[in-house]
Amino acid sequence: MNMPERSSLDIRQPLLDSVLAGLIALVVFGPIVGVVLDGYGFNLQPARVAWIVGTVMLGRFLLSLFLHSVIGRGWLQRLDGGGAGVQVLAPDYRSRLRWIVPLVLLAAVVLPFFANKYLLTVVILGLIYVLLGLGLNIVVGLAGLLDLGYVAFYAIGAYGLALGYEYLGLGFWSVLPLAALTAALAGALLGFPVLRMHGDYLAIVTLGFGEIIRLVLNNWLSLTGGPNGMSVPAPTFLGLEFGRRAKDGGVPFHEFFGIAYDPNLKFLFIYAVLLLTVLLVLYVKGRLIRMPIGRAWEALREDEIACRAMGLNHVLVKLSAFMLGASTAGLAGVFFASYQGFVNPTSFTFFESALILAIVVLGGMGSTLGVVLAAFVLTVAPELLRSFADYRVLLFGMLMVLMMIWRPRGLIRISRRGFAQRPGVAP
Amino acid sequence: MSVPLLEFRNVDLHYGPIQALRQVSLHVEEGETVSLIGANGAGKSSLLMSIFGQPRPSAGQILYRGEDITRKSAHHVASGGVAQSPEGRRVFPDMSVEENLLMGTIPIGTAHADEDLRRMFALFPRLEERRNQRAMTLSGGEQQMLAIARALMSRPRLLLLDEPSLGLAPIVVKQIFQILRDLAAGGMTIFLVEQNANHALKLSDRGYVMVNGQIRLSGTGEELLGNPEVRSAYLGGH
Ligand SMILES: Nc1ncnc2c1ncn2[C@@H]1O[C@H](COP(=O)(O)OP(=O)(O)O)[C@@H](O)[C@H]1O
Ligand SMILES: [Mg+2]
Repeated sequence: MNMPERSSLDIRQPLLDSVLAGLIALVVFGPIVGVVLDGYGFNLQPARVAWIVGTVMLGRFLLSLFLHSVIGRGWLQRLDGGGAGVQVLAPDYRSRLRWIVPLVLLAAVVLPFFANKYLLTVVILGLIYVLLGLGLNIVVGLAGLLDLGYVAFYAIGAYGLALGYEYLGLGFWSVLPLAALTAALAGALLGFPVLRMHGDYLAIVTLGFGEIIRLVLNNWLSLTGGPNGMSVPAPTFLGLEFGRRAKDGGVPFHEFFGIAYDPNLKFLFIYAVLLLTVLLVLYVKGRLIRMPIGRAWEALREDEIACRAMGLNHVLVKLSAFMLGASTAGLAGVFFASYQGFVNPTSFTFFESALILAIVVLGGMGSTLGVVLAAFVLTVAPELLRSFADYRVLLFGMLMVLMMIWRPRGLIRISRRGFAQRPGVAP
Repeated sequence: MSVPLLEFRNVDLHYGPIQALRQVSLHVEEGETVSLIGANGAGKSSLLMSIFGQPRPSAGQILYRGEDITRKSAHHVASGGVAQSPEGRRVFPDMSVEENLLMGTIPIGTAHADEDLRRMFALFPRLEERRNQRAMTLSGGEQQMLAIARALMSRPRLLLLDEPSLGLAPIVVKQIFQILRDLAAGGMTIFLVEQNANHALKLSDRGYVMVNGQIRLSGTGEELLGNPEVRSAYLGGH
């Protein structure tokens, strides 16, 4: 910050800020709050507007005054300083947050023993969004390809299970890998035509792709049942079903193991498989980031021409990002469909894509831990604060604005690890 | 007769209807420093990028250590030991100096990364002082050093440089060329593309002059420096 050093408190700037904020408040709130419709006429309510504008002006004045004081300036400097340098972590660097990881794992393992069905479903939803966030994080966060139609791959996974069951008699386990594969192919299909596109154009084409998939699902009544959706089979474990009674005279899971019937069993099972899948994806992603392909994605994000000058095949780099991201969403879709027990197109609107993108941006582009945290914050918090649900979008908006101001690179900054010093190499 | 490290045989290159290279033939021997001089738009950058097949020549052959690489993948060429410092430097702006260098290891993997990082910092002490600084905050000369160092991180046998003096102050250009001289003295084979004919030819064993996608002249650095056509066209001499 190039703020000139001023020892005395300057009152003019805060006053100016406050008047400006007041004007903006007047423009924004004046028509909304000050003019109240009354039948076919309307009343003016200047007092309400005056209250709001006055509050905004006072607040802005106090904030500005504070930020101009010595303490405030110190704050600004510290917040600003966060973006100046980028640190490569020492190879033996241990994050201060590292104690969280075993704690979270422990909580994840213990959870099913205590959770009721409601909490369990909320956490499953959270984990599904973790998967989605991790996948989109490869595309947007690492490779820098703004994909606004990511939800399409999620839909492909979910409908893959429904359609596979309906027409081919496939179950959860056979669809899981197939969905990942199909979604990856769809990713390649989308990837090819957009290889030459950047930024805004890419965003628009992917947005269109997402809508096309949703519209097809919505309107192909004979195949997908349209807006009514399709039912999805419950998952099985080694062919054992989780219902109270198995279909076709089979033995249900609880009888086979001689335990009491528990309606939560299905969710416990989904939770367990989902948790393992998330861990697997985390592991694979952790490995990939350290491999040349992970570096290539980031190089592509930073500068495509430099990438090509380094002898990277940008076609392969882009396609691999699209395909891996898509296949992760396909997996998430299968879990989502089994968890809901049915699928319909309303689960796959643009808002969903925006939510997943918000998770990636909030979590810090490219940061894995950040994405996991953000996925839970953005999906679980609104569930738990049900009465607050109407304000969810407002909350997103405010979070995003705050992020842009203070943490433009996300809650948790991405940091790369250096390489271990090999013994015997002189410094 | 030994095989040249790099050889172009009658290479044509097109961008759609535009022909960027016409029947280009040239060669770079192991250990040599060779420069390619040409005005803006002559086709110099296209020639360098065609080594990585981006875009591929429409006719002719490119050979690297005797192997025909005209149709080989970019990765094959890069991991085979060709590295480039691209035109306009193209460092990764949002990454630190150290991260930029690590990106240079993509073609060969990270087995030697730590050792090479230290070699680069010894070669470019300025970069070590700024290792955690974001690349966009470096000066033009420092960015050029970083682009060269990033290319060297893949342990190339052949270093391609596209206009390393572009947009730099004369004193910084001198520093950069001193570094290139040191690299060449250390045995590196350098193929240098420049508009700055004076510096480039003084550094080089041999040179080529390119006009409108064709090789117009070739000779040793001194011959070309003394050539009246070169003097009037590229050195502002009379
Ligand atoms: N991507 C491209 N698409 C179309 N034409 C190009 C492209 N890149 C270069 N050209 C054309 O090829 C010719 C040679 O360009 P270039 O290799 O950049 O020359 P130099 O590096 O010598 O300035 C120019 O006429 C330029 O307009
Ligand atoms: Mg050029």
